[in-house]
Amino acid sequence: MKKGDASAFLLLIFLIAVLPIFSGSPYTLTVGIFSGINALVAIGLCILMGYAGQVSLGQAGFYGIGAYVSSVLSVHAGFPLVASMIAAMVVAAFAAAVLAVPALRLKGHYLAVATLGFGEIINIVLNEWGPGGPSGFGDIPPFNLLGYTIHSTTGYFYLIWGLVVVVMFFSVNLLHSRTGRALRAVHDSEIACNAMGLDVAALKIKVFILSAVYAALAGSLYAHYVTFISPSSFSLFYSILVLMMVIVGGITNVWGAIIGAVVITVLPELLRRFEELDVLVYGLILTVSLMFFRKGLVPILIEKIQKLRGFAVVKH
Amino acid sequence: MLTVFLQFLFSGLTVGAVYALVGIGFNITYNATSIINLAQGEFVVIGGLMMWFFSESLKLPFFVSVVLTIITAGLVGLLMERLTIKPLKNPDLLLMIMITIAVSIVLRGVLMFYFGKDPYVYPAFTEGEPVSIYGAIIQQQTLWVIGITGFCIIALFFFFKKTIIGKAMLACAVNPTAAQLVGINVSRMVMLSFILSAIVGAIGGMAITPIALMEYDKGPMLAVKGFCAAIMGGLGSNRGAVLGGFIIGILESMTAGYIHSGLKDAVALIILLLILFFKPAGLFVSKAMLQLRKY
Amino acid sequence: MKKATGTLFVVLVAALSVFLVFGNAFAKEPYKIGALFAVTGPASFLGEPEKNTALMLQEQINKAGGINGHPLEIIIEDTKSEEATAVLSAKKLIESDKVLAIIGPSTTGESMALVPILNTAATPLLSCAAGAPITQPVKDRAWIFKTPQYDISAVEAIYEYMKKQSISKVGIITISTGFGDAGKKALLEMAPKYGITIVAEEKYGPKDSDMTTQLTKIKAAGAQAVINWSVGPGQVVVTKNWQALKMGIPLYQSHGWGSKKNIELAGKAAEGVIAPLGRLVVWDKIPDKHPQKALLKKYTQDYEAKYKSEPGTFGGHAYDSIMMIVEALKKVGPDKKKIRDYVETKIQKWPGTGGIFNMSPEDHCGLDKTAFEMVVVKNGDWEILK
Repeated sequence: MKKGDASAFLLLIFLIAVLPIFSGSPYTLTVGIFSGINALVAIGLCILMGYAGQVSLGQAGFYGIGAYVSSVLSVHAGFPLVASMIAAMVVAAFAAAVLAVPALRLKGHYLAVATLGFGEIINIVLNEWGPGGPSGFGDIPPFNLLGYTIHSTTGYFYLIWGLVVVVMFFSVNLLHSRTGRALRAVHDSEIACNAMGLDVAALKIKVFILSAVYAALAGSLYAHYVTFISPSSFSLFYSILVLMMVIVGGITNVWGAIIGAVVITVLPELLRRFEELDVLVYGLILTVSLMFFRKGLVPILIEKIQKLRGFAVVKH
Repeated sequence: MLTVFLQFLFSGLTVGAVYALVGIGFNITYNATSIINLAQGEFVVIGGLMMWFFSESLKLPFFVSVVLTIITAGLVGLLMERLTIKPLKNPDLLLMIMITIAVSIVLRGVLMFYFGKDPYVYPAFTEGEPVSIYGAIIQQQTLWVIGITGFCIIALFFFFKKTIIGKAMLACAVNPTAAQLVGINVSRMVMLSFILSAIVGAIGGMAITPIALMEYDKGPMLAVKGFCAAIMGGLGSNRGAVLGGFIIGILESMTAGYIHSGLKDAVALIILLLILFFKPAGLFVSKAMLQLRKY
Repeated sequence: MKKATGTLFVVLVAALSVFLVFGNAFAKEPYKIGALFAVTGPASFLGEPEKNTALMLQEQINKAGGINGHPLEIIIEDTKSEEATAVLSAKKLIESDKVLAIIGPSTTGESMALVPILNTAATPLLSCAAGAPITQPVKDRAWIFKTPQYDISAVEAIYEYMKKQSISKVGIITISTGFGDAGKKALLEMAPKYGITIVAEEKYGPKDSDMTTQLTKIKAAGAQAVINWSVGPGQVVVTKNWQALKMGIPLYQSHGWGSKKNIELAGKAAEGVIAPLGRLVVWDKIPDKHPQKALLKKYTQDYEAKYKSEPGTFGGHAYDSIMMIVEALKKVGPDKKKIRDYVETKIQKWPGTGGIFNMSPEDHCGLDKTAFEMVVVKNGDWEILK
């Protein structure tokens, strides 16, 4: 991997290790936990959008599948927890494959609506037939592995961000491999790729499935952390939020997904003081940052660092 | 049997008409700029709430209120375009869409601040008993909604096909550079498209409020349904948006009526997906036409 | 020079004494309680009156000298009607603000998400949401209470009245949220007990514009009455549709109907609509001797004077939750366990806005169907049915 990525990993691991020590408040850690969960979904979407050039407004659907499948299996079918989570990811992968084959023939806005439709259908199905219906269900078991159960906020913080590191490691390596280069080629020109004999369709489907699996992982972590889920958490609103995270962080750089997730998760907490006006202020901040940090926070940051070092700014 | 079917149909037409209007609003902006303005739903809400404000709170006469509401909506559209769209040079389309989402949040915040969370209503345009057809009733205001939608469709058809300004707006999306070369003021066309789509949205809101009431957060649901309508019909085709809107409205109603009301939204979406899988550019837009567009 | 210094000294001492005497009025530590309301988001029509009530009560109590001299501080957080935000907000209140108890949240979903957190943190929760699972099974809800009436109680009040009207076939139409779903479950569960058959079950979404299809199905199924279970604009749309369709069968609403705003919005369509309502809404129609009347009158008049609108049922839930905590604080002081025990055992025959509460170790809600009056809309106003 590149030098920039290695530094980023070290920084991330350092921050993860240090945060609970500097601010052990369960509140701060909980904000961190939700940021981490969102980051997992955002990373998947970022790869799909920024590298494969496909848009998805339906990530909440896979997030919800992850949460519900894992919860139902561990509560009602008595599956061990990790097995439930893996099963959830498999189900999401399958759903993604089924959706992707017809959907990825669509382009642009049409693809966006197809994924939106998928996400909404999942939400409606969960509302109608999910256990507990719109009222949701609880008593979902907390995370446990080999007899060891995590109860503390700090424990979950480490678990989730540990998984973020693992997922990032895998993703970064993927993006620097042949597959990653193929992806970027697809983003730039599908026609050229087809002409070179690359199976573009298969590649797009695989990435779509990958983004679904990341989202499902995040969903199951959410369920086992909060121990109560209801369909309202898995709606179009969430899909748009994740999209916002990716754009704010910078669609061209997968590290942007983490930054975007943290910013979008933390921002509403900082705006609590505005009470009635918090929605308005949130919207204003988003508008301004989208207009002025158009490339996204991470690419702009990288540009600044490169300028400082005297390098010519490398355009992506 | 017939009565029941007709009743379901009328219900579908009522909601379908609003979806159609929202879809048309999307098309107007899209046709001039290739941008999907996801704040379109908020324009509908502004239409309903401002109409209440002028006619019920300020107690102004009906026609004065209508005109003032239209002016207000147009102003909001203008402001949105000038402040958030115009300043950006060569923007990425995806970024633009996200910005419209952010603006919709701001608009919602403002509406919530001034109007609060309550629903608002004002009397129907004409008072009187609902019309009865074979035993099924159709409220007078529903006739207004459908009539107004029809009027907008015809008016816009003439505008885009027969007037210079309309044709100029269409030219901008197909190729802005070429449009500029023939002397079209592209930036003014963009501004006009936002104003026009805001007005169309507001008209929909004004018409539907006596039936469905209006609150500050009705925007997103309408935007999604209207967007689906526009996509189903083929982005850019107003004919398509109208058909799409009514199809979705009627599908919802028929599903609720004959199958199960909990699934009505899902069935409409499934049909939409099926249509897209067979006609990837929507009902009235061919794949070839799609390649011509920037996005 | 010396004279000036002397004068200055005297003035300073005088000022200091004045300050010590009057500044001491609230030298005692504030009692902090947390409040989680859905001030924004889809459930904001619940959260807004709840928040207003909290602010008003805080002001009134502190003006009267606080709780045993301690100022009351209610720290209000907006949950945006979201469960994850409710979780975050609760943690903030418990860890950062170190509150003694939490009032709210506004919806059942949010309350359920908080159950394990409040139990683990050993902090009392007085929810303003209605769902039965919030306080049942009681053995897993040691720290959880709620002040709104059970849905089952409202349903029983309706069915009891219907039985007197010889209605046996009913069509139900419910909103597809947790509130509607809970109502639907209660309606289905209680029907056999009152000899009622549910001939049609229909649903609609929170932002739907037209429910004539669902109502038409209900009529076609042979229903003798329609029950709508929702809160928000849906209630009004259903009412208007019901009138336009000239259904010819009575329309019953849930206890969420209790707001003059609904009558105003529905206009003449609201005539004849029947609902089980808490006495808060009809306080001026109940006899003066009723134990709830005085507090209902004061609360309503104070709220209307300050906010120029009626508090409605939901504001009342916040009132009940807060006043229970306030009373507990007065009697047992700032100890979470003692507050919890007090609420569980000493809130008996306790008049509140929701009804007369009888909390117990078996029932952390304390209300039954006697909390309701059957009310009909007549000439644009409420009328209690006998």
